[in-house]
Amino acid sequence: MKDVLTVSSSPHLRHPDSTASIMGDVILALSPAAIFGCVLFGLKAVLLILTCVVSAVLAEYVWNKLLKKPNSIGDLSAVVTGLLLAMNLSSAVPLWMAAIGSVVAIIVVKQMFGGLGFNFVNPAMAARIVLLVSFPAAMTVFYEPVRYDAVTSATPLVNAAGEISFKELFFGMHGGCLGETSAFLLLIGGVYLVIRRVIKPIIPLCFIGTVALLSLISGGNVITQVFGGGLMLGAIFMATDYTTSPTTNKGKIIFGIGCGILTFVIREFAALTEGVSYAILLMNILVPYINKATMHKPFGVKK
Amino acid sequence: MKKGYLSYLTNGFIKENPVLRLVLGTCPTLAVTTAAINGIGMGVSATIVLVCSNIVISLLRNVIPDKVRIPAFITVIAGFVSVVQMLVKAFLPSIDTALGIYLPLIVVNCIILARAEMFASKNSVVPSILDGLGMGIGFTAVLTLMGAIRELLGAGTVFGLSVTSQFISPMIVFLLPPGGFFVFGILVAASNAIAKKNGKKIVEHLGCENCPSKAMCQNASKCEEVTADE
Repeated sequence: MKDVLTVSSSPHLRHPDSTASIMGDVILALSPAAIFGCVLFGLKAVLLILTCVVSAVLAEYVWNKLLKKPNSIGDLSAVVTGLLLAMNLSSAVPLWMAAIGSVVAIIVVKQMFGGLGFNFVNPAMAARIVLLVSFPAAMTVFYEPVRYDAVTSATPLVNAAGEISFKELFFGMHGGCLGETSAFLLLIGGVYLVIRRVIKPIIPLCFIGTVALLSLISGGNVITQVFGGGLMLGAIFMATDYTTSPTTNKGKIIFGIGCGILTFVIREFAALTEGVSYAILLMNILVPYINKATMHKPFGVKK
Repeated sequence: MKKGYLSYLTNGFIKENPVLRLVLGTCPTLAVTTAAINGIGMGVSATIVLVCSNIVISLLRNVIPDKVRIPAFITVIAGFVSVVQMLVKAFLPSIDTALGIYLPLIVVNCIILARAEMFASKNSVVPSILDGLGMGIGFTAVLTLMGAIRELLGAGTVFGLSVTSQFISPMIVFLLPPGGFFVFGILVAASNAIAKKNGKKIVEHLGCENCPSKAMCQNASKCEEVTADE
């Protein structure tokens, strides 16, 4: 009885979820696609993932030490950032470049703006763009799966239509970034996150749906547009980042559709190699305005 | 030289550095600093214009009517910019190509107009020369430093001499606008941190009191409250 009557300040009920448990779920959801990438691209892929994760965690640790802040590597967010970055890189990228990317993601994009929950864009995505702009040659070389001696191959989006069958595309037997090849495994990860209630499916559905619809209207190859390139990885794991996506359901719909339109426009009309990254970054920047525009009105309040 | 005169000169070096402390002239700072040599070229050209225009405006300060002072200042500045531009074109054509449109755009460089407005139009000739020279040196120093950093990281060279370009491929992003903003932000942060450590406050004659557009500013009343609170 004494326990029940204890007087304390709110919150009185706590959900067992913590940052670490959510990040753990994300890592678990990413791992099938990551492991598949390692099988597909060999030892270099393993090294790349290890480099990204270790340098991201190290960067976070060193920053906290230097600024005498409480250590935050235990919340696993740096691990997720490193893993996401690695999955967005081609296996042809040198390890030191990947390490620079991790440092940019953690120090410049995340910690300089206030750490977890304050980054204005997705750190892994921004780091990928920084690498892409800095080392355009190295970042756009893609190895053909397993046949390690073959130097370059275009990703399915660049390839002439029809060269890759739907089956190969869906299960990921083609060139591309480490973790983006297998739409099937990424979808499994996404479904897991939705079931665990880590993410809501609104943003991925709107994002992918918009791209599919627009490419259908424009007469493009819908299957290649949806299952090729970084769309699955971006829509499920990058666009749903808590800090950089809208909080309201209506906002999430706007965000997803906006990402879809931008991706389509960039893929169709621009000379850039990857539309998804830029689309997500641009929409990330708009999130505060979307949040403001779609804010819930308290009941009974007059405008 | 009296001590007061010296402080007119050294003011622009660090304490009131036009780029890092007053945050003026940001456009040329970001645009031309892709190489250290461009920073020097831009800095020196602007310094010459600044010193010359400060002299003329200081001499004419009692002649120019208050209402048309800004057009008058711009006319004076534009005259000197034309002179400098022709000289650079004739003797340093490579610098002229590198600076491009930013050389004639010195006309609208806010450092020069700000010093005309805030200093030369209120002070006699000698302090105006020293002020222009000090500000110009501060501007040149920051532009050269920024140019050197961006050139080193973005191209692996400094003043065209290869430093790291043989071992590692440079990060091209530092030569692009985002890299410019990044380096600029880091330098401003560093100068603020140094100023904070030395216990120096941001210069007092910033703010509403000396704002050129005070007369027509719609926030003037709010701004005065803020100043009063301090």
